[in-house]
Amino acid sequence: MSTTQTDTRSAIGRRPAISPAALLERSGLVIAWIAAIALFGILSPDTFLSSANFSTIFGSQAVLAVLALALLVPLTAGDYDLSIAGVLSLSSMIVAVLNAKHGVPLGIAILAALGAGLLVGAVNGAFAALFGVDPFIVTLGTGTLLQGLVLWLSSSETISGVSDTLSNAVITDRFLGISLGFWYGIVLCVVMWVVFEYTPLGRRLLFVGRGRRVAALSGFNLRRLRWGALATSGLIAAFAGVLYAGVTGGADPSSGASFLLPAYAAAFLGATAIVPGRFNPWGAVIAVYFLVTGITGLTILGAASWVQDVFYGTALVLAVSLSTWSRRRSGAAAADA
Amino acid sequence: MDTLLEITGLSKSFGGARALDAVDLDVRTGEVHGLLGQNGSGKSTLLKVLAGFHQPDEGRLAVRGEPADLPLAPGAYRELGMAFVHQDLGLVPDLSVCENLIVARLGAGVQKRLRWRSEHARAKEALARHGLGEIDTRAQVASLSQMQRALLAIVRAVEELREDDHAHPLLVLDEPTAFLPRAGIEQLFELVRGLVARGASVLFVTHDLDEVIELCDRVTVLRDGRLAGTAVVRETTADGLVELIVGRRLAALAQREPAAATDAARGLARLRVQGLRGRYVDGIDLELYPGEVLGVTGLLGSGFEEVPHLLFGSRPGHGTVTLDDEPAMAVERLKPGRAVELGIAFVPSDRPLDGAVGALSVADNVTMTTLAEHRRGPLLSRRSLRDTARQLGEQFAVSPNEPGMPLGSLSGGNQQKVVMAKWLQRDPRVLLLDQPTQGVDVQARRQLFDAISGAARRGSAVLCASADYEELAALCDRLLIVARGRVVRELRRDELSKERIAEHVLTSTTMPASDLAEAAQPLGQGPRVSSENSPEAPSRSRGATS
Repeated sequence: MSTTQTDTRSAIGRRPAISPAALLERSGLVIAWIAAIALFGILSPDTFLSSANFSTIFGSQAVLAVLALALLVPLTAGDYDLSIAGVLSLSSMIVAVLNAKHGVPLGIAILAALGAGLLVGAVNGAFAALFGVDPFIVTLGTGTLLQGLVLWLSSSETISGVSDTLSNAVITDRFLGISLGFWYGIVLCVVMWVVFEYTPLGRRLLFVGRGRRVAALSGFNLRRLRWGALATSGLIAAFAGVLYAGVTGGADPSSGASFLLPAYAAAFLGATAIVPGRFNPWGAVIAVYFLVTGITGLTILGAASWVQDVFYGTALVLAVSLSTWSRRRSGAAAADA
Repeated sequence: MDTLLEITGLSKSFGGARALDAVDLDVRTGEVHGLLGQNGSGKSTLLKVLAGFHQPDEGRLAVRGEPADLPLAPGAYRELGMAFVHQDLGLVPDLSVCENLIVARLGAGVQKRLRWRSEHARAKEALARHGLGEIDTRAQVASLSQMQRALLAIVRAVEELREDDHAHPLLVLDEPTAFLPRAGIEQLFELVRGLVARGASVLFVTHDLDEVIELCDRVTVLRDGRLAGTAVVRETTADGLVELIVGRRLAALAQREPAAATDAARGLARLRVQGLRGRYVDGIDLELYPGEVLGVTGLLGSGFEEVPHLLFGSRPGHGTVTLDDEPAMAVERLKPGRAVELGIAFVPSDRPLDGAVGALSVADNVTMTTLAEHRRGPLLSRRSLRDTARQLGEQFAVSPNEPGMPLGSLSGGNQQKVVMAKWLQRDPRVLLLDQPTQGVDVQARRQLFDAISGAARRGSAVLCASADYEELAALCDRLLIVARGRVVRELRRDELSKERIAEHVLTSTTMPASDLAEAAQPLGQGPRVSSENSPEAPSRSRGATS
C-alpha cells in the first residue's frame, strides 16, 4: 500500500495533486485561444481559417513573441525594461542601414545589431543595478533616446532592400508549413524555460524578483543578477529587431513603438497561465498568439484600425489585474501565517 | 492635584489570552507619569485602547472628571485633548520642518489656501516657544539630527493640541527615546519639563529606568497584563522598580567575572570580533567558540539586534572579524555573499520580508543556497531537489512535509523550521540568529531550540540576538548584555533564567547593582558602565575607544 502511495507521489512530481480548478486556471489561456479561433472560424470561415492566414499569423508575430520573451527576463528579476521597443527599432535599423545602404555583409550587420542591443541592455543594467536608479525611469529614458537615434540613423526614412537571405530565413522558408521565424521563437522559449526552471541561475533570478531582501540575505549577488537580466533583455530585443528586418525586408524608424504595449500585455497575460502567478515563457508565447488571433479576427470582420489599440490596452489592464490577483492568491497563505 | 486621565478596570482579551486584566491607571494634571513593564506586559494594548485602535472588553475611562465612552472611536483621543508620539516619530523626512508641523491641518482640509510666509512665521514662533528657535523651518526634516527630529515630533503633537485650545493636554510618549543618542537627551527632558510647567501632563512609556528616575513623578507598572503597582518615583529606587517589573525579590546581582580563565581552556575561538561598530553598536568585542550558543541582548535601541547583521555584512559597520586562524577581515568589506562563502549563516527575524518567500514552494526556499549541489550536468535535478527538501523536512519536523506546497501555506513555526533547515544543512561554521523563535507556537519553539542546540553540538558556533528572555535562558551557554552599544555584562549558563536576565537588562543602563541607590544622578554626567572600565575585562578594551 505504502509503495503505491509513494509511486503516485513521484509520478505527480513536485507539486501536490492538481485540482480540476487549478488545471482549468493553468490551461485557461489555451482554452480562450481555441475558443477565439472557433468563434472567428464560425463568423468568417473562408478567410480566417485559410492556412495562408495562419502561417502569416505565426510567422510575422514571431517578432512580438521574441520581444515578449526578452521582457520576461528582467520582469522575473523584478525590474521593468521599457527600452525594448527602442532596442528593436535600433537593431532593425542597424541591419537595414548597414546591409541595404552600405552593403555590409548580412552576418556582420546582424552581429552589429545584436551587439548594440547587448550594449544598451548593459548600460540600462549599470544604471539600475550598480547605481541604484529605478530601471523603470532609466529604461524609459534610454528607450526614448534610442528612438531619436534611430530617426537620425535613418534620416527619418523607411529603408528597404535588406538581403533576401534574411527574409527567406525568417518568413519565406518553412518548417512543417510554418515560417521559420515562428520556430526561432519556440527554440528561444524552450531555452528560457529550461534556464528558468532547471538551472541555479534561473532559480536565483526568481528569488531576486520575488524576495529581493531574502535573496540579498542569502548571499546572492543582486547587482550581477539584475545587471545580467537587463543586458540579456537588450540582446533578445535586438534579436527581435533582426527578425523584424527579415519580416519587412527593411526597417522603418517608428516601428518599434507599436510593439511595446503588446509585449507587456503578453508577458502579464502569460503570467496568468501555465504557471499561474509567475512570468513564464510558454504563457507569454501563447498570450502573444491569443492576442494576435483576436486582432486578426476583428480586422477580418471589418473592424477599424483603432480597434487594435483598444484591444491591446484592455488586454494589458485585464492581464495585470488577473496576474496580480493570482499572485496575491498564491501569496495570501503567506500573509495569513 | 486633579486627575486628568483615569482608567479603571480595563480588560482586553485576544482569543483566549488576557492582554489586560482589570488595570487601573491615573495620570494627574501637571505630572510626568511613567508606564513601565516588560515586553508583553500589556503596555501597548493599553495605549492602543486609548488611541481607539482596540476595543476593550471591560473598563471605564474618565478624562478631566468627565466619563468618556469606551471603546473610543479611532482618532477620538484628539477631541479629548490627547496626543501620541510613537517611536517612529511619524515625520516625513523629505518634507520641510514647516510642512511637517502643519501636516495634520492639511489632512483635515480646513484651509482653502496656504500662505507660506505666515505658515513659516507661525512655525518659527511655535518652535521658539519650546526653546527650539535654532531649527530652520525651511530645512528638510531629513537634514535634522535624530534628537531634533524627536523634539520636533513632540512639539508638533503639543502644538496640534494647542490649536484645539486644551488647557491641560495629555501627551503620550511611546518610547521616543529608545533609538536616540544619549548625548543631548537632557534637551528632550527639558522640553518635556517645560510642557508640564505650562500645564500639560505626560504619559511616558520607556524601558530605561534612568529616564524614569530622571523625568517621572509617578509610575504605573504592568506585569503579565495586570497592575503590578504604582509608585512615587522620589520614594522608590531602581531596585524597587525592577522588583515591580520583574515580579520577585531582587537577589543581589553579583557581577560575575567573565569566563576569561575558561576561554583559554577552550582553545581557539571560531570567531573573534574586535571594535565592532554600526549605527547603534559602539565598540563591541566578543569571542565565539565552536559548540557554544552565545546570547546577545539588551534594551530596545541598545544595539544588540544589530550585532548579527553587522557580522553577516548586511548592514554597514566597522571593526575586524577573525575566523579560526584565518587572516583578520575588516567588517567594512564583509558582504552577505562573502559571509556565506566563509560558512557564516544568518536566520533573520523578519521572516516574511527577509527570511523566505512565502509564494514559492518549500523546496524552492530550502534549497536556494545549495542549488549547485543539485546539478546533474548543467541542469538541476528536480528529483534531487525534492528528495533533499523532503529529507530536510523530516529531519526538522516540518509538518506537513510536502516540498511542493507554497511556504506561506505552512504555520509560522513550520516556516521558521524551513528557514532554519535552509541554513543548517550547510553545517555553518558560524550561525547567526536574530529572534529565532519570534511568533512561533510552543511545540515548534521546542523543535527549533533542539535544532539550534544540535547545530552547536555538531560544531557550529552560534550567536543569538534576542529580546525574548525565555528563549535566551533556554538556549544560551553565555549571554552578553548590551547597553548604549557596548557590552556591559556577561552572564553564564548557571545564571540564566528569564527573571534573572530581565533584572540584568533593566539595570543595564544604570549603575552596577551594588550602586543602584546612587543611580538617580543626572544622565550623561555620572560614569557609565561599559566594557572599558570594568576591571574584569582588561583584554576586551583595546578595540573600543570613543
